[in-house]
Amino acid sequence: MDDTLLEVTDLKKYFPIKQGFLKRTVGHVRAVDGVNLSVKRGETFAVVGESGCGKSTTGRTILRLEEPTGGEVVFQHSELGKINVETASAKVLRRIRPEMQIIFQDPFSSLDSRMTVGRIIAEPMIINNTLSGRALRDRIAELLTVVGLRPEHASRYPHAFSGGQRQRIGIARALALNPKLIVCDEPVSALDVSVQAQVLNLLEDLQDRFDLTYLFISHDLSVVEHIADRVAVMYVGQVVEVGTTDQLFYSPKMPYTEALLSSLPTPDPRKRTRPTLLMGDVPSPANPPSGCYFHTRCPYAQDICKQEAPPLRDIGDNHLAACHFSDELQLKGASRLSEVSATLAATPQSAAAPQPGGQDSAASTASAQEATK
Amino acid sequence: MTEATISTPDAEIAGDSVISIRNLQVEFPTQLGTVSALNGVSFDVPRGRVLGIVGESGCGKSVTARAILRIVERPGRIVSGDILFKPGRRKRGGAAATKPGRAGSAAPDSANGSVEGAGEVVELTALDPTGDRIRKIRGQEISMIFQEPMTSLNPVYPVGDQIQEAILLHQTPDRAEAHKRAVEMLRRVGMPNPERIAKSYPHQLSGGMRQRAMIAMALSCTPTLLIADEPTTALDVTTEAQILELMRELQEEFGMSIMFITHSMGVVAQLCDEVVVMYLGRVVERASVDDLFHDPKHPYTVSLLRSIPRIGVNRGIPLEVIKGSVPDPYSSVSGCPFHPRCPSAMKGLCDTVLPEETTIAGKPDHTVRCHLYPGSTPAQVASSGAGE
Repeated sequence: MDDTLLEVTDLKKYFPIKQGFLKRTVGHVRAVDGVNLSVKRGETFAVVGESGCGKSTTGRTILRLEEPTGGEVVFQHSELGKINVETASAKVLRRIRPEMQIIFQDPFSSLDSRMTVGRIIAEPMIINNTLSGRALRDRIAELLTVVGLRPEHASRYPHAFSGGQRQRIGIARALALNPKLIVCDEPVSALDVSVQAQVLNLLEDLQDRFDLTYLFISHDLSVVEHIADRVAVMYVGQVVEVGTTDQLFYSPKMPYTEALLSSLPTPDPRKRTRPTLLMGDVPSPANPPSGCYFHTRCPYAQDICKQEAPPLRDIGDNHLAACHFSDELQLKGASRLSEVSATLAATPQSAAAPQPGGQDSAASTASAQEATK
Repeated sequence: MTEATISTPDAEIAGDSVISIRNLQVEFPTQLGTVSALNGVSFDVPRGRVLGIVGESGCGKSVTARAILRIVERPGRIVSGDILFKPGRRKRGGAAATKPGRAGSAAPDSANGSVEGAGEVVELTALDPTGDRIRKIRGQEISMIFQEPMTSLNPVYPVGDQIQEAILLHQTPDRAEAHKRAVEMLRRVGMPNPERIAKSYPHQLSGGMRQRAMIAMALSCTPTLLIADEPTTALDVTTEAQILELMRELQEEFGMSIMFITHSMGVVAQLCDEVVVMYLGRVVERASVDDLFHDPKHPYTVSLLRSIPRIGVNRGIPLEVIKGSVPDPYSSVSGCPFHPRCPSAMKGLCDTVLPEETTIAGKPDHTVRCHLYPGSTPAQVASSGAGE
């Protein structure tokens, strides 16, 4: 059986720029400009990029929350088989949408503050007529338990919950219809760091339990490195590099990926580095430059980059990159980030290095307890 | 209150610090009850260095910054405590950072001999928040960069005019001269074509450029202290790297002190010299950046460092989490504010007795507020055996 769950081909979404009294269209913002992606069943496929690169619009257009300007999104439905989401009729869409859900970025605006939590989670099931009455109530209780909340929370309103708990409610709602694919649109970027880890662990746990496939949209490279199996990097509406997490983080083949990785601060004060700074700003998607969109900021750019747009091509082992010089350039990956001093406290406990602080604190615990007696 | 009041004689400032905050308490009386935003915060901002303030939302880091400038939002008010401010920038080797048109006794500091523009110690909490004195300090001596570059610039004035405003107010009444300095400042922060940018409106600039304009505005009067409240949180990684590099360069050049508020540990590691970790309106740990990362003491600091995904380290294994979440501000937690989430909480002690700040043996600059460390448990509690 084909293990591709989602195949995106040449997806385009242009937003018209309207001006004047008659609202004439004077141009287009090419938010998504010919994106190709292929997501395998059971994997976490991440899309990273800076703000305005079109990653969220890609996610929304895949679910057809935005009408596409062009392109195909083929989803492998469990009963209907291969369906092109972008041309599906309303009736078909209604049948496939239960299998494609979304978790939104902002847990404060994505829950209706006038509905109880139970009602929010029940809504997809009521609309799709899957459950009612007692069975519905049991399912809500089950879902709340699954995401780490308590069944009695169903009668409360969203305002009574913290950001992390609200994001759990959003996750429960997305799980309600037993989806196959969940588009996670920056699911942890609005959360505090201590809560972010909880939600990331929950997402990973749910993936194992319910055999979910994630399209994980994020701008945070360290979160992506932690959770993703494969990663696509987007720049000005286009995918510029796709590879496994290892390929992309440790042997990037596109200068933009290198620049992104280089900008990440090393979390060790003993390893202070000066990043390879990119000059200038991201070009406007309404008026992108000629040739390779990155040539205006690329430190390796040559004449050909200004004239010809490089295609996204396979440079071996299913590692795709859109650069004329992928084969020649020796780009630096993220290995400097893991080469930190051995005593760094952030290293997980399971690591071999013993914790000097740990022994210390154990000793002082003892003395503190003695002191209390 | 178990809070021990540290008696600070008037106008005495610890070591060579720009700011000494002692036992600062800020409250927000609301209809739902009083929110104690700061419950006795004490720390110093060392002169000519970068102090990082870390903590999660609601820990009081922004309120502390606002209290220094006396711009705590209504209905918030400073209930007690002192904020002592001693002007003066550390002169860097060779860099002639003379401030033109600046009156004041430039009496060199006896200890270091290289402090420029030093002045009298000012007790900021005693000033009228709308008075002349604090208005002279704002922008001139202490300036602030806010988190949102989109909302903190005035949309109806060109960027150059907004930078000029501070210069006209504090340094020179000459418009042409002020304009020249504003353009120069924009050039310093790495703006391409500063003359044109000075005439542009904020909406014509990208997020990174707006933040550079904010920095130019904050630095236009070469302040003693720059408070940066999450200046890069709203920016992309590549822009963040540019801004951090810029702040590092300018700090070297001007020798000012920076109070850098952030929740990104990576940024702290790269930029700061010393770090203050806050939780629920209290300082839980203070240390040099090296100690904080390599030998953290407070369980909150340790958990915070471990819960962040790190590239190349925790792939495929679950992240360590801090259980629960920050309690809502209306409730008050007895004992140590972190005890409900703490992996090493001791029953009968941590949930009833508030630990005091104690210095780690052998490290005079490293303090922690946790019962795990000797000296943190108040003496009378320790001796009377309140634990049983």
